[in-house]
Amino acid sequence: MRAFAYIRADSTDSALRGMGSPTQPDRLNPQVQYLAGGTLLLDLMKLEVLSPHQVIDINGLESEYGRIELTEGGLHLGALVRMSQAADDARVRRDYPVIAQSLAQAASAQIRNMASLGGNLLQRTRCTYFRDTSWQGCNKRQPGSGCAALNGPNRQHAVLGVSDQCISTYPGDFAQSLVALGATVETVGPTGRRSVDLEALYRDAQQPELETNLLPGELITGIRVPAGPWTRNSAYLKIRDRVSYEFALASAAVALDLSEGRVREARIALGGVSYRPWRAREAESVLKGQPLTQANATAAARAAFATARPRAQNAFKVELGQRTLVRALLQVAGQTS
Amino acid sequence: MQRRDFLKVTLAGPALGRLPPEGEAHSRQEEAPTRLVVDLTVNGLAQRVEVDARATLLDTLRHRLGLTGTKKGCDHGQCGACTVLIGGRRVLSCLTLVAAVRKPATTIEGLEKEGVLHPVQQAFIDQDALQCGYCTPGQILSAIACIEEGHAETRAAIQEYMSGNLCRCAAYPHIFAAIEQARPLMLKG
Repeated sequence: MRAFAYIRADSTDSALRGMGSPTQPDRLNPQVQYLAGGTLLLDLMKLEVLSPHQVIDINGLESEYGRIELTEGGLHLGALVRMSQAADDARVRRDYPVIAQSLAQAASAQIRNMASLGGNLLQRTRCTYFRDTSWQGCNKRQPGSGCAALNGPNRQHAVLGVSDQCISTYPGDFAQSLVALGATVETVGPTGRRSVDLEALYRDAQQPELETNLLPGELITGIRVPAGPWTRNSAYLKIRDRVSYEFALASAAVALDLSEGRVREARIALGGVSYRPWRAREAESVLKGQPLTQANATAAARAAFATARPRAQNAFKVELGQRTLVRALLQVAGQTS
Repeated sequence: MQRRDFLKVTLAGPALGRLPPEGEAHSRQEEAPTRLVVDLTVNGLAQRVEVDARATLLDTLRHRLGLTGTKKGCDHGQCGACTVLIGGRRVLSCLTLVAAVRKPATTIEGLEKEGVLHPVQQAFIDQDALQCGYCTPGQILSAIACIEEGHAETRAAIQEYMSGNLCRCAAYPHIFAAIEQARPLMLKG
C-alpha cells in the first residue's frame, strides 16, 4: 500500500475542505478518497489499484447520514447506514423486501457490518484483470491499454451493456434493487448538493475508466426510494457458484403491482450479467397488462436478454439469466396471489 | 528465545528498499509515510500506539500489541480469520485502518474471564470444532456475534451467517454444533 495522509472529518464541511478542488483527470485514480467502511478501498489500496495521497475518514458523519427513515412518500437511507442495519431493519424487510434481501445476500456478516450503503453503490468490478495490476490490458484501470478479458477467462463477465472496451460485471446486489424501484441518490460536493437518478449515475461501457457521473469530490449522502404499490410485492433472487458469500452469476430484482391476476406495473433489474445495474425495461413492457403466466414470464425474460452479447465462456449467462428472472417473477406473483 | 522473538531479530536487519514500480499509469510523487498517535481500547485496556497511517487494526494487534491470537489469512477480507469485535459488532480487522477505530475492540485474548473460558470457546473444545486451528479465533469471535445478533436460531441460519469464516480443514459441522451448544448458555448467562 502506498503512503497517504489520513484525516478525520467531523462535519460535511470538513470533509469537503479535505477534498479540496479535485480535477476531472483526477477521476481516473483520485488523489483523495473518502473512507467509510473501507471494505473496498482498503482492498484496492493493498492491491495498488487505488493509491490516494489522502484519505478522508467520514465515519464521524454517521450522526448526520446514518439513519433509516420511512415516510408515506418512501424510504430514505442515509449513506452511512451499514448494510447489515438496513438488511435487518423490520420496516425495510416488510415494505421493501427486495432491498433487504439484496443486502442480506451480499458479502458476509462481517463485511455487511462494515460497508456503508453509499460505498456499496460504488463497488468496483471483480474482473481479475482490473484487480491485478501486473496485467497490462485493462481499459478500466489504464485507459487505452485494451481488454484482456475479451479473449481471456471470461466466465464471470457481463453479457448486457458491454462494449469492445470492457465486458466487466457490476458485482453488487443492492444497486439492482434500488434501480428497479427507481431510487435517487443525494450528493454533496464542492459545487453544492444535488439529487441524481441512480440508474443514470452509472455510465455505459464506452469509456470504462469513468464508471459514474459523480463529479470530482462529490460524496453520496443518502438514497431516496419512492413508495409504490409494488415495493411490498418484491424479491431479490441471486444465483451463484456457492449458496452464500459469493458474487452473483445472475440475479433479478423484481417488484410487481398485480391486480386481478394481471400485471399493472412490473419493475425489474438484473445483476451478475451486466456491465452496470441493469433496468430491464423491455421485460417490464412485455408484462404490462398481462397475466403473470409461465409463458409471459418466459417472453419477458427473452426480451430482457435480446441484446445480450456473450463471449466464449459466459454464454451460459444468457440462459441462466433468463431462468433466474422467470423464477423471480413467478415467486413474487405466487407470494402475492 | 521464542520463535516469534527470533523472527523479530532476523527480520530487523537492513530494510529492503521498495523497488520503483514500472509503467505506472499515473506518475506522481510518493507521499511520505504519515505517523499517527492512536488511542485504542482493546479487551478493556486503554492503549496508545504510534503507527503509520496505513496500519490496519490486524497488524497493530499482532505486531504492536503482541495480541497474535487474531490471525492473518488472506488480508483482503475474504477468509474471516482476522474477525474481531468492535463495539460488540464483528468486523474484519484486516480491512480496518487502526486510525479509524472509534469503539472498544475485543479479541480472542479478551474472552476468558478469571480462568473460565467463554461458552463458545468451551463449546469449540467440547465439539472438536477445529483441526489446524488457524481460523478458530475468527470463528469464535464471529460465532459470539452471530448468537448475539439473533442469527443462530436454526442450523440454516448459522450456516448462512457464518459463511464469512472459511475453514480449509472443513470442520464446519463441528463448528455449527459448537454454536448450537453455546447459544443457550450465552442467552442464559
